Amino acid sequence: MQYMLLIHQADAPRPGREGDSNQKAIDAWESLPDDEKNAVYTSYQEVNQTPGVTPGVQLAPPETATTLRVQDGKTLTTDGPFAELKEAIAGYMLFEADDLDAAIELASKVPAARLGGAIEVRPVIEAY
Amino acid sequence: MIVEQAFREHWGRVLAAQIGFLGDFDLAEETAQEAFAVAAERWPRDGIPGNPAAWLIATARNRAIDRIRREQTLAAKTRLLEAPGATEDNMDETAFPDERLELIFTCCHPALALEAQVALTLRTLGGLTTEEIARAFLVPEGTMAKRLVRARHKIKAAGIPFRVPADHLLPDRLPAVLAVVYLIFNEGYGGRADLSAEAILLGRAMTELMPDEPEVQALLALMLLHDARREARLKDGTLVLLSDQDPSLWDAEQIGEGRTTLDRAIALGGGGPYALQAAIASLHADEARDWPQIAALYGELSRLTGSPVIELSRAVATAEAGDVEGALDSVEALDLERYHYLHATRAELLRRLGRPDDAVAAYERALELVQANSERRLLEQRLAELR
Repeated sequence: MQYMLLIHQADAPRPGREGDSNQKAIDAWESLPDDEKNAVYTSYQEVNQTPGVTPGVQLAPPETATTLRVQDGKTLTTDGPFAELKEAIAGYMLFEADDLDAAIELASKVPAARLGGAIEVRPVIEAY
Repeated sequence: MIVEQAFREHWGRVLAAQIGFLGDFDLAEETAQEAFAVAAERWPRDGIPGNPAAWLIATARNRAIDRIRREQTLAAKTRLLEAPGATEDNMDETAFPDERLELIFTCCHPALALEAQVALTLRTLGGLTTEEIARAFLVPEGTMAKRLVRARHKIKAAGIPFRVPADHLLPDRLPAVLAVVYLIFNEGYGGRADLSAEAILLGRAMTELMPDEPEVQALLALMLLHDARREARLKDGTLVLLSDQDPSLWDAEQIGEGRTTLDRAIALGGGGPYALQAAIASLHADEARDWPQIAALYGELSRLTGSPVIELSRAVATAEAGDVEGALDSVEALDLERYHYLHATRAELLRRLGRPDDAVAAYERALELVQANSERRLLEQRLAELR
Protein backbone atom coordinates (compact mmCIF):
# COMPACT_ATOMS: atom_id res chain seq x y z
CA MET A 1 0.00 0.00 0.00
CA GLN A 2 1.03 3.57 -0.48
CA TYR A 3 0.73 6.13 2.28
CA MET A 4 1.03 9.89 2.25
CA LEU A 5 2.68 11.27 5.38
CA LEU A 6 1.53 14.84 5.89
CA ILE A 7 3.81 16.79 8.20
CA HIS A 8 2.22 19.39 10.46
CA GLN A 9 4.81 21.53 12.16
CA ALA A 10 2.57 23.41 14.58
CA ASP A 11 4.96 24.93 17.16
CA ALA A 12 7.87 22.61 16.46
CA PRO A 13 11.18 24.49 16.53
CA ARG A 14 12.40 25.31 13.01
CA PRO A 15 14.93 27.56 11.28
CA GLY A 16 13.55 31.04 10.56
CA ARG A 17 12.25 31.42 7.01
CA GLU A 18 10.94 34.47 5.21
CA GLY A 19 7.31 34.99 6.25
CA ASP A 20 7.20 32.61 9.23
CA SER A 21 5.40 34.56 11.99
CA ASN A 22 5.88 31.88 14.67
CA GLN A 23 8.73 33.62 16.45
CA LYS A 24 8.50 31.26 19.41
CA ALA A 25 9.22 28.27 17.20
CA ILE A 26 12.11 30.10 15.53
CA ASP A 27 13.60 31.16 18.88
CA ALA A 28 13.22 27.60 20.15
CA TRP A 29 15.24 26.40 17.16
CA GLU A 30 17.93 29.03 17.78
CA SER A 31 18.32 27.91 21.37
CA LEU A 32 18.68 24.22 20.45
CA PRO A 33 22.26 22.96 20.93
CA ASP A 34 24.08 22.25 17.67
CA ASP A 35 24.11 18.49 18.16
CA GLU A 36 20.31 18.51 18.45
CA LYS A 37 19.96 20.60 15.31
CA ASN A 38 22.21 18.13 13.54
CA ALA A 39 20.17 15.23 14.90
CA VAL A 40 17.04 16.74 13.33
CA TYR A 41 18.73 17.09 9.93
CA THR A 42 20.14 13.58 10.17
CA SER A 43 16.72 12.12 11.06
CA TYR A 44 15.07 13.78 8.07
CA GLN A 45 17.82 12.45 5.87
CA GLU A 46 17.43 8.93 7.25
CA VAL A 47 13.67 9.03 6.82
CA ASN A 48 14.02 10.24 3.23
CA GLN A 49 16.50 7.50 2.43
CA THR A 50 14.33 4.70 3.85
CA PRO A 51 13.53 2.18 1.10
CA GLY A 52 9.99 2.82 -0.16
CA VAL A 53 10.05 6.53 0.64
CA THR A 54 9.52 9.09 -2.11
CA PRO A 55 10.59 12.35 -0.49
CA GLY A 56 8.28 15.29 -0.98
CA VAL A 57 9.22 18.93 -0.98
CA GLN A 58 9.47 21.34 1.89
CA LEU A 59 6.84 24.05 1.75
CA ALA A 60 7.40 27.75 2.49
CA PRO A 61 5.64 28.97 5.66
CA PRO A 62 1.81 28.90 5.54
CA GLU A 63 1.76 32.70 5.88
CA THR A 64 2.87 32.79 2.27
CA ALA A 65 -0.07 30.68 1.09
CA THR A 66 -2.96 31.89 -1.06
CA THR A 67 -6.26 30.05 -0.94
CA LEU A 68 -8.81 30.31 -3.70
CA ARG A 69 -12.35 29.21 -4.46
CA VAL A 70 -14.32 29.50 -7.67
CA GLN A 71 -17.90 30.69 -7.21
CA ASP A 72 -20.24 31.40 -10.12
CA GLY A 73 -17.26 31.36 -12.42
CA LYS A 74 -15.42 33.95 -10.37
CA THR A 75 -12.13 33.18 -8.67
CA LEU A 76 -12.05 34.39 -5.07
CA THR A 77 -8.70 34.45 -3.36
CA THR A 78 -7.88 34.89 0.30
CA ASP A 79 -4.58 35.41 2.03
CA GLY A 80 -3.29 32.46 4.05
CA PRO A 81 -3.72 28.68 4.18
CA PHE A 82 -7.03 26.77 4.03
CA ALA A 83 -6.49 25.42 7.54
CA GLU A 84 -5.46 27.47 10.56
CA LEU A 85 -1.81 28.59 10.45
CA LYS A 86 -0.79 26.06 13.07
CA GLU A 87 -2.67 23.24 11.34
CA ALA A 88 -1.21 23.91 7.93
CA ILE A 89 0.89 21.33 6.14
CA ALA A 90 4.63 21.97 6.16
CA GLY A 91 5.70 19.08 3.97
CA TYR A 92 4.89 15.55 2.91
CA MET A 93 6.38 12.32 1.67
CA LEU A 94 5.07 9.16 0.07
CA PHE A 95 5.81 5.74 1.52
CA GLU A 96 5.22 2.36 -0.07
CA ALA A 97 4.71 -0.05 2.82
CA ASP A 98 3.14 -3.40 3.64
CA ASP A 99 0.70 -2.01 6.15
CA LEU A 100 -0.21 0.78 8.55
CA ASP A 101 2.17 -0.47 11.26
CA ALA A 102 5.14 0.13 8.96
CA ALA A 103 3.85 3.59 8.04
CA ILE A 104 3.32 4.51 11.70
CA GLU A 105 6.82 3.34 12.54
CA LEU A 106 8.32 5.53 9.83
CA ALA A 107 6.13 8.51 10.75
CA SER A 108 7.31 8.27 14.37
CA LYS A 109 10.85 8.91 13.13
CA VAL A 110 9.96 12.21 11.43
CA PRO A 111 11.46 14.82 13.81
CA ALA A 112 8.37 17.09 13.75
CA ALA A 113 6.43 14.28 15.49
CA ARG A 114 8.59 14.46 18.63
CA LEU A 115 9.16 18.22 18.59
CA GLY A 116 5.54 19.31 19.11
CA GLY A 117 4.18 18.80 15.60
CA ALA A 118 2.21 15.86 14.24
CA ILE A 119 2.23 13.52 11.26
CA GLU A 120 -1.00 12.51 9.55
CA VAL A 121 -0.81 9.13 7.83
CA ARG A 122 -3.26 8.80 4.92
CA PRO A 123 -3.60 5.82 2.62
CA VAL A 124 -3.39 6.63 -1.08
CA ILE A 125 -6.23 5.24 -3.17
CA GLU A 126 -4.86 2.65 -5.55
CA ALA A 127 -5.77 2.85 -9.20
CA TYR A 128 -7.36 -0.33 -10.56
CA MET B 1 -28.73 -25.95 21.42
CA ILE B 2 -25.69 -27.90 20.21
CA VAL B 3 -24.95 -25.22 17.66
CA GLU B 4 -25.50 -22.43 20.18
CA GLN B 5 -22.81 -23.96 22.36
CA ALA B 6 -20.54 -24.43 19.36
CA PHE B 7 -21.10 -20.79 18.53
CA ARG B 8 -19.99 -19.71 22.01
CA GLU B 9 -16.91 -21.91 21.80
CA HIS B 10 -15.80 -21.54 18.22
CA TRP B 11 -17.13 -18.31 16.72
CA GLY B 12 -13.96 -16.28 17.34
CA ARG B 13 -11.73 -19.05 16.07
CA VAL B 14 -13.79 -19.61 12.89
CA LEU B 15 -14.07 -15.90 12.11
CA ALA B 16 -10.36 -15.31 12.72
CA ALA B 17 -9.47 -18.14 10.33
CA GLN B 18 -11.84 -16.72 7.72
CA ILE B 19 -10.41 -13.21 7.99
CA GLY B 20 -6.88 -14.58 7.79
CA PHE B 21 -7.89 -16.48 4.64
CA LEU B 22 -9.93 -13.79 2.92
CA GLY B 23 -8.46 -10.55 4.23
CA ASP B 24 -11.98 -9.16 4.22
CA PHE B 25 -13.99 -8.70 7.41
CA ASP B 26 -17.40 -8.48 5.75
CA LEU B 27 -17.17 -11.54 3.56
CA ALA B 28 -15.52 -13.44 6.42
CA GLU B 29 -18.34 -12.63 8.80
CA GLU B 30 -21.10 -13.48 6.35
CA THR B 31 -19.60 -16.81 5.39
CA ALA B 32 -18.77 -17.72 9.00
CA GLN B 33 -22.42 -17.11 9.85
CA GLU B 34 -23.46 -19.31 6.94
CA ALA B 35 -21.25 -22.10 8.24
CA PHE B 36 -23.02 -22.02 11.60
CA ALA B 37 -26.36 -22.03 9.79
CA VAL B 38 -25.33 -25.15 7.87
CA ALA B 39 -24.24 -26.73 11.16
CA ALA B 40 -27.62 -25.93 12.72
CA GLU B 41 -29.26 -27.83 9.89
CA ARG B 42 -26.90 -30.81 9.65
CA TRP B 43 -25.54 -31.56 13.10
CA PRO B 44 -28.84 -32.51 14.72
CA ARG B 45 -29.37 -34.95 11.83
CA ASP B 46 -25.86 -36.24 11.14
CA GLY B 47 -24.24 -35.80 14.54
CA ILE B 48 -21.48 -33.42 15.64
CA PRO B 49 -18.28 -33.81 13.60
CA GLY B 50 -15.15 -35.04 15.36
CA ASN B 51 -13.55 -31.63 15.14
CA PRO B 52 -16.32 -29.02 15.13
CA ALA B 53 -14.00 -25.99 14.75
CA ALA B 54 -12.20 -27.43 11.73
CA TRP B 55 -15.53 -28.49 10.20
CA LEU B 56 -16.90 -24.98 10.61
CA ILE B 57 -13.78 -23.33 9.19
CA ALA B 58 -13.74 -25.63 6.17
CA THR B 59 -17.45 -25.07 5.55
CA ALA B 60 -17.06 -21.29 5.84
CA ARG B 61 -14.09 -21.41 3.50
CA ASN B 62 -15.97 -23.44 0.90
CA ARG B 63 -18.86 -21.02 1.07
CA ALA B 64 -16.51 -18.12 0.47
CA ILE B 65 -14.84 -19.84 -2.47
CA ASP B 66 -18.25 -20.68 -3.99
CA ARG B 67 -19.34 -17.13 -3.61
CA ILE B 68 -16.20 -15.64 -5.14
CA ARG B 69 -16.44 -18.12 -8.04
CA ARG B 70 -19.99 -17.01 -8.62
CA GLU B 71 -19.19 -13.34 -8.45
CA GLN B 72 -15.73 -13.37 -9.97
CA THR B 73 -15.72 -9.63 -10.00
CA LEU B 74 -12.67 -8.59 -8.10
CA ALA B 75 -9.52 -9.59 -9.83
CA ALA B 76 -7.63 -9.26 -6.57
CA LYS B 77 -9.47 -12.23 -5.18
CA THR B 78 -8.76 -14.66 -7.98
CA ARG B 79 -5.74 -16.07 -6.20
CA LEU B 80 -8.17 -17.69 -3.81
CA LEU B 81 -9.61 -19.75 -6.65
CA GLU B 82 -6.35 -21.61 -6.86
CA ALA B 83 -6.59 -22.61 -3.21
CA PRO B 84 -7.49 -26.28 -2.92
CA GLY B 85 -11.06 -26.72 -1.75
CA ALA B 86 -11.07 -28.15 1.73
CA THR B 87 -13.20 -31.20 2.21
CA GLU B 88 -15.42 -31.17 5.21
CA ASP B 89 -14.99 -34.80 6.24
CA ASN B 90 -11.28 -35.12 6.11
CA MET B 91 -9.53 -32.61 8.28
CA ASP B 92 -7.80 -32.16 11.58
CA GLU B 93 -7.19 -29.28 13.93
CA THR B 94 -3.71 -28.58 12.58
CA ALA B 95 -5.09 -27.86 9.12
CA PHE B 96 -6.18 -24.44 10.35
CA PRO B 97 -3.87 -22.48 12.64
CA ASP B 98 -5.54 -20.52 15.42
CA GLU B 99 -5.57 -16.90 14.26
CA ARG B 100 -7.55 -15.33 17.10
CA LEU B 101 -4.47 -13.52 18.36
CA GLU B 102 -3.99 -11.84 14.99
CA LEU B 103 -7.66 -10.88 15.11
CA ILE B 104 -7.53 -9.36 18.60
CA PHE B 105 -4.46 -7.27 17.74
CA THR B 106 -6.25 -6.03 14.64
CA CYS B 107 -9.40 -5.14 16.57
CA CYS B 108 -7.42 -3.39 19.31
CA HIS B 109 -5.19 -1.44 16.95
CA PRO B 110 -4.47 2.05 18.32
CA ALA B 111 -5.38 3.58 14.94
CA LEU B 112 -9.00 2.76 15.85
CA ALA B 113 -10.92 4.77 18.44
CA LEU B 114 -11.10 2.99 21.81
CA GLU B 115 -14.88 2.61 21.64
CA ALA B 116 -14.53 1.04 18.19
CA GLN B 117 -11.84 -1.33 19.50
CA VAL B 118 -14.17 -2.48 22.26
CA ALA B 119 -17.18 -2.93 19.95
CA LEU B 120 -15.18 -4.74 17.31
CA THR B 121 -13.58 -7.10 19.83
CA LEU B 122 -16.98 -8.04 21.24
CA ARG B 123 -18.45 -8.48 17.77
CA THR B 124 -15.65 -10.49 16.20
CA LEU B 125 -14.14 -12.50 19.05
CA GLY B 126 -17.12 -12.61 21.35
CA GLY B 127 -19.75 -13.10 18.64
CA LEU B 128 -22.11 -10.63 20.32
CA THR B 129 -24.71 -9.13 18.00
CA THR B 130 -24.65 -5.43 17.20
CA GLU B 131 -27.86 -5.09 19.18
CA GLU B 132 -26.34 -6.76 22.25
CA ILE B 133 -23.28 -4.51 22.15
CA ALA B 134 -25.44 -1.42 21.69
CA ARG B 135 -27.53 -2.41 24.70
CA ALA B 136 -24.45 -3.04 26.84
CA PHE B 137 -23.04 0.41 26.11
CA LEU B 138 -26.40 2.20 26.19
CA VAL B 139 -26.21 3.59 22.67
CA PRO B 140 -28.82 3.21 19.90
CA GLU B 141 -28.33 0.15 17.70
CA GLY B 142 -27.92 2.34 14.61
CA THR B 143 -25.05 4.23 16.25
CA MET B 144 -23.30 0.98 17.14
CA ALA B 145 -23.86 -0.43 13.64
CA LYS B 146 -22.26 2.67 12.12
CA ARG B 147 -19.35 2.47 14.55
CA LEU B 148 -18.67 -1.13 13.50
CA VAL B 149 -18.99 -0.41 9.78
CA ARG B 150 -16.65 2.54 10.09
CA ALA B 151 -14.07 0.51 12.03
CA ARG B 152 -14.14 -2.36 9.53
CA HIS B 153 -13.82 0.09 6.69
CA LYS B 154 -10.83 1.76 8.27
CA ILE B 155 -9.07 -1.57 8.83
CA LYS B 156 -9.36 -2.29 5.13
CA ALA B 157 -8.74 1.17 3.71
CA ALA B 158 -5.88 2.16 6.04
CA GLY B 159 -4.13 -1.19 5.83
CA ILE B 160 -4.33 -2.13 9.52
CA PRO B 161 -2.52 -5.48 9.46
CA PHE B 162 -3.98 -8.83 10.49
CA ARG B 163 -0.89 -9.81 12.40
CA VAL B 164 0.63 -10.15 15.86
CA PRO B 165 2.95 -7.13 16.16
CA ALA B 166 6.68 -7.65 15.98
CA ASP B 167 8.47 -8.08 19.32
CA HIS B 168 9.75 -4.51 19.45
CA LEU B 169 6.19 -3.18 19.09
CA LEU B 170 4.62 -5.55 21.65
CA PRO B 171 5.43 -3.47 24.76
CA ASP B 172 3.17 -0.74 23.28
CA ARG B 173 0.56 -2.92 21.69
CA LEU B 174 -0.08 -5.62 24.28
CA PRO B 175 -1.18 -3.18 27.04
CA ALA B 176 -3.69 -1.72 24.55
CA VAL B 177 -5.26 -5.16 24.04
CA LEU B 178 -5.31 -5.90 27.77
CA ALA B 179 -6.89 -2.48 28.42
CA VAL B 180 -9.75 -3.29 26.03
CA VAL B 181 -10.37 -6.65 27.70
CA TYR B 182 -10.29 -5.07 31.17
CA LEU B 183 -12.59 -2.26 30.05
CA ILE B 184 -15.11 -4.85 28.84
CA PHE B 185 -14.80 -6.62 32.20
CA ASN B 186 -15.40 -3.43 34.15
CA GLU B 187 -18.41 -2.51 32.05
CA GLY B 188 -19.79 -5.87 33.12
CA TYR B 189 -18.76 -5.37 36.72
CA GLY B 190 -21.03 -2.34 36.86
CA GLY B 191 -23.93 -4.78 36.60
CA ARG B 192 -23.94 -6.32 33.12
CA ALA B 193 -22.63 -9.75 34.08
CA ASP B 194 -22.60 -11.07 30.52
CA LEU B 195 -19.85 -8.60 29.60
CA SER B 196 -17.69 -9.74 32.52
CA ALA B 197 -18.10 -13.34 31.44
CA GLU B 198 -17.18 -12.33 27.91
CA ALA B 199 -14.04 -10.56 29.14
CA ILE B 200 -13.02 -13.62 31.15
CA LEU B 201 -13.45 -15.80 28.05
CA LEU B 202 -11.25 -13.39 26.11
CA GLY B 203 -8.73 -13.38 28.95
CA ARG B 204 -8.65 -17.20 28.95
CA ALA B 205 -8.13 -17.27 25.20
CA MET B 206 -5.29 -14.76 25.55
CA THR B 207 -3.53 -16.95 28.16
CA GLU B 208 -3.72 -19.92 25.81
CA LEU B 209 -2.42 -17.88 22.90
CA MET B 210 0.33 -15.99 24.77
CA PRO B 211 1.21 -18.40 27.59
CA ASP B 212 4.51 -16.69 28.41
CA GLU B 213 3.30 -13.12 28.94
CA PRO B 214 3.04 -12.41 32.69
CA GLU B 215 0.59 -9.51 32.33
CA VAL B 216 -1.77 -11.66 30.24
CA GLN B 217 -1.88 -14.24 33.06
CA ALA B 218 -2.16 -11.47 35.63
CA LEU B 219 -5.15 -9.84 33.93
CA LEU B 220 -7.01 -13.16 33.86
CA ALA B 221 -6.15 -13.68 37.55
CA LEU B 222 -7.41 -10.20 38.40
CA MET B 223 -10.70 -10.71 36.58
CA LEU B 224 -11.27 -14.16 38.12
CA LEU B 225 -10.60 -12.85 41.64
CA HIS B 226 -12.91 -9.86 41.26
CA ASP B 227 -15.62 -11.84 39.56
CA ALA B 228 -15.52 -14.49 42.31
CA ARG B 229 -17.01 -11.91 44.67
CA ARG B 230 -19.80 -10.86 42.30
CA GLU B 231 -22.60 -12.52 44.30
CA ALA B 232 -21.56 -10.81 47.52
CA ARG B 233 -21.09 -7.40 45.97
CA LEU B 234 -24.69 -6.32 45.66
CA LYS B 235 -27.54 -6.85 48.09
CA ASP B 236 -31.02 -5.78 46.93
CA GLY B 237 -29.41 -3.39 44.44
CA THR B 238 -27.17 -1.73 47.03
CA LEU B 239 -23.40 -1.94 46.81
CA VAL B 240 -21.90 -3.96 49.66
CA LEU B 241 -18.40 -2.86 50.66
CA LEU B 242 -15.75 -5.55 50.77
CA SER B 243 -15.52 -5.39 54.58
CA ASP B 244 -19.27 -6.03 54.89
CA GLN B 245 -19.45 -8.83 52.34
CA ASP B 246 -20.45 -12.34 53.31
CA PRO B 247 -17.44 -14.52 52.36
CA SER B 248 -19.70 -17.57 52.08
CA LEU B 249 -21.11 -15.95 48.95
CA TRP B 250 -17.67 -15.84 47.35
CA ASP B 251 -16.84 -18.45 44.74
CA ALA B 252 -14.01 -20.28 46.50
CA GLU B 253 -13.16 -22.43 43.51
CA GLN B 254 -12.77 -19.41 41.27
CA ILE B 255 -10.64 -17.63 43.87
CA GLY B 256 -8.41 -20.70 43.85
CA GLU B 257 -8.15 -20.58 40.08
CA GLY B 258 -7.39 -16.86 40.21
CA ARG B 259 -4.57 -17.47 42.68
CA THR B 260 -3.07 -20.29 40.63
CA THR B 261 -3.15 -18.00 37.60
CA LEU B 262 -1.52 -15.22 39.62
CA ASP B 263 1.22 -17.64 40.73
CA ARG B 264 1.89 -18.40 37.08
CA ALA B 265 2.15 -14.66 36.32
CA ILE B 266 4.62 -14.20 39.16
CA ALA B 267 6.64 -17.25 38.08
CA LEU B 268 6.92 -15.62 34.65
CA GLY B 269 8.42 -12.55 36.30
CA GLY B 270 5.20 -10.55 36.56
CA GLY B 271 5.40 -7.31 38.50
CA GLY B 272 3.35 -5.11 36.20
CA PRO B 273 0.16 -3.22 37.02
CA TYR B 274 -2.17 -6.19 36.49
CA ALA B 275 0.00 -8.49 38.61
CA LEU B 276 -0.01 -5.95 41.46
CA GLN B 277 -3.78 -5.50 41.23
CA ALA B 278 -4.32 -9.25 41.15
CA ALA B 279 -2.05 -9.66 44.19
CA ILE B 280 -4.13 -7.06 46.02
CA ALA B 281 -7.38 -8.78 44.99
CA SER B 282 -5.93 -12.07 46.24
CA LEU B 283 -5.10 -10.56 49.66
CA HIS B 284 -8.63 -9.16 49.81
CA ALA B 285 -9.98 -12.68 49.48
CA ASP B 286 -8.38 -13.73 52.78
CA GLU B 287 -10.60 -13.87 55.85
CA ALA B 288 -8.11 -11.82 57.89
CA ARG B 289 -6.74 -9.17 55.60
CA ASP B 290 -3.09 -8.21 55.66
CA TRP B 291 -3.61 -4.44 55.42
CA PRO B 292 0.04 -3.36 55.73
CA GLN B 293 0.87 -5.67 52.81
CA ILE B 294 -2.09 -4.36 50.79
CA ALA B 295 -0.98 -0.78 51.46
CA ALA B 296 2.55 -1.65 50.33
CA LEU B 297 1.26 -3.16 47.07
CA TYR B 298 -0.87 -0.08 46.42
CA GLY B 299 2.22 2.03 47.07
CA GLU B 300 4.10 0.07 44.40
CA LEU B 301 1.17 0.34 41.99
CA SER B 302 0.90 4.07 42.63
CA ARG B 303 4.61 4.46 41.88
CA LEU B 304 4.16 2.50 38.62
CA THR B 305 1.06 4.30 37.37
CA GLY B 306 1.27 7.73 39.03
CA SER B 307 -2.50 7.54 39.44
CA PRO B 308 -4.15 9.55 42.25
CA VAL B 309 -7.01 7.03 42.27
CA ILE B 310 -4.53 4.32 43.27
CA GLU B 311 -3.12 6.68 45.88
CA LEU B 312 -6.64 6.97 47.30
CA SER B 313 -6.84 3.18 47.59
CA ARG B 314 -3.46 3.16 49.30
CA ALA B 315 -4.79 5.65 51.83
CA VAL B 316 -7.78 3.40 52.56
CA ALA B 317 -5.45 0.45 53.18
CA THR B 318 -3.26 2.63 55.42
CA ALA B 319 -6.33 3.51 57.50
CA GLU B 320 -7.32 -0.13 57.77
CA ALA B 321 -3.77 -0.92 58.88
CA GLY B 322 -4.36 1.47 61.80
CA ASP B 323 -3.11 4.89 60.70
CA VAL B 324 -6.40 6.79 60.19
CA GLU B 325 -4.85 10.25 60.70
CA GLY B 326 -2.13 9.55 58.16
CA ALA B 327 -4.72 8.25 55.71
CA LEU B 328 -6.80 11.43 56.05
CA ASP B 329 -3.71 13.56 55.38
CA SER B 330 -2.98 11.57 52.20
CA VAL B 331 -6.59 11.79 51.02
CA GLU B 332 -6.76 15.54 51.56
CA ALA B 333 -3.58 16.05 49.56
CA LEU B 334 -5.11 14.43 46.45
CA ASP B 335 -6.34 16.46 43.52
CA LEU B 336 -9.59 14.54 42.94
CA GLU B 337 -12.29 17.05 43.86
CA ARG B 338 -14.72 15.72 41.20
CA TYR B 339 -14.32 12.09 42.26
CA HIS B 340 -17.07 10.85 44.58
CA TYR B 341 -14.91 8.11 46.09
CA LEU B 342 -12.56 10.75 47.44
CA HIS B 343 -15.36 12.37 49.42
CA ALA B 344 -16.88 9.06 50.49
CA THR B 345 -13.47 7.92 51.74
CA ARG B 346 -12.84 11.22 53.50
CA ALA B 347 -16.26 10.98 55.13
CA GLU B 348 -15.56 7.51 56.48
CA LEU B 349 -12.17 8.54 57.85
CA LEU B 350 -13.68 11.65 59.52
CA ARG B 351 -16.38 9.47 61.06
CA ARG B 352 -13.76 7.17 62.53
CA LEU B 353 -11.84 10.15 63.90
CA GLY B 354 -14.95 11.32 65.77
CA ARG B 355 -15.78 14.30 63.52
CA PRO B 356 -19.39 13.49 62.53
CA ASP B 357 -20.28 17.00 61.26
CA ASP B 358 -17.35 17.06 58.86
CA ALA B 359 -18.22 13.51 57.83
CA VAL B 360 -21.82 14.53 57.01
CA ALA B 361 -20.57 17.38 54.81
CA ALA B 362 -18.21 15.02 52.97
CA TYR B 363 -20.98 12.43 52.37
CA GLU B 364 -23.19 15.19 51.01
CA ARG B 365 -20.49 16.21 48.53
CA ALA B 366 -20.05 12.55 47.49
CA LEU B 367 -23.81 12.27 46.87
CA GLU B 368 -23.70 15.31 44.60
CA LEU B 369 -21.13 13.57 42.41
CA VAL B 370 -22.15 9.89 42.45
CA GLN B 371 -23.65 8.33 39.29
CA ALA B 372 -24.50 4.65 39.89
CA ASN B 373 -27.69 4.03 41.87
CA SER B 374 -26.23 1.10 43.82
CA GLU B 375 -23.48 3.39 45.13
CA ARG B 376 -25.89 6.22 45.83
CA ARG B 377 -27.98 3.98 48.08
CA LEU B 378 -24.92 2.95 50.06
CA LEU B 379 -23.89 6.58 50.59
CA GLU B 380 -27.43 7.48 51.68
CA GLN B 381 -27.37 4.64 54.22
CA ARG B 382 -24.07 5.84 55.65
CA LEU B 383 -25.29 9.40 55.87
CA ALA B 384 -28.49 8.33 57.64
CA GLU B 385 -26.45 6.41 60.23
CA LEU B 386 -24.57 9.59 61.11
CA ARG B 387 -27.65 11.72 61.64
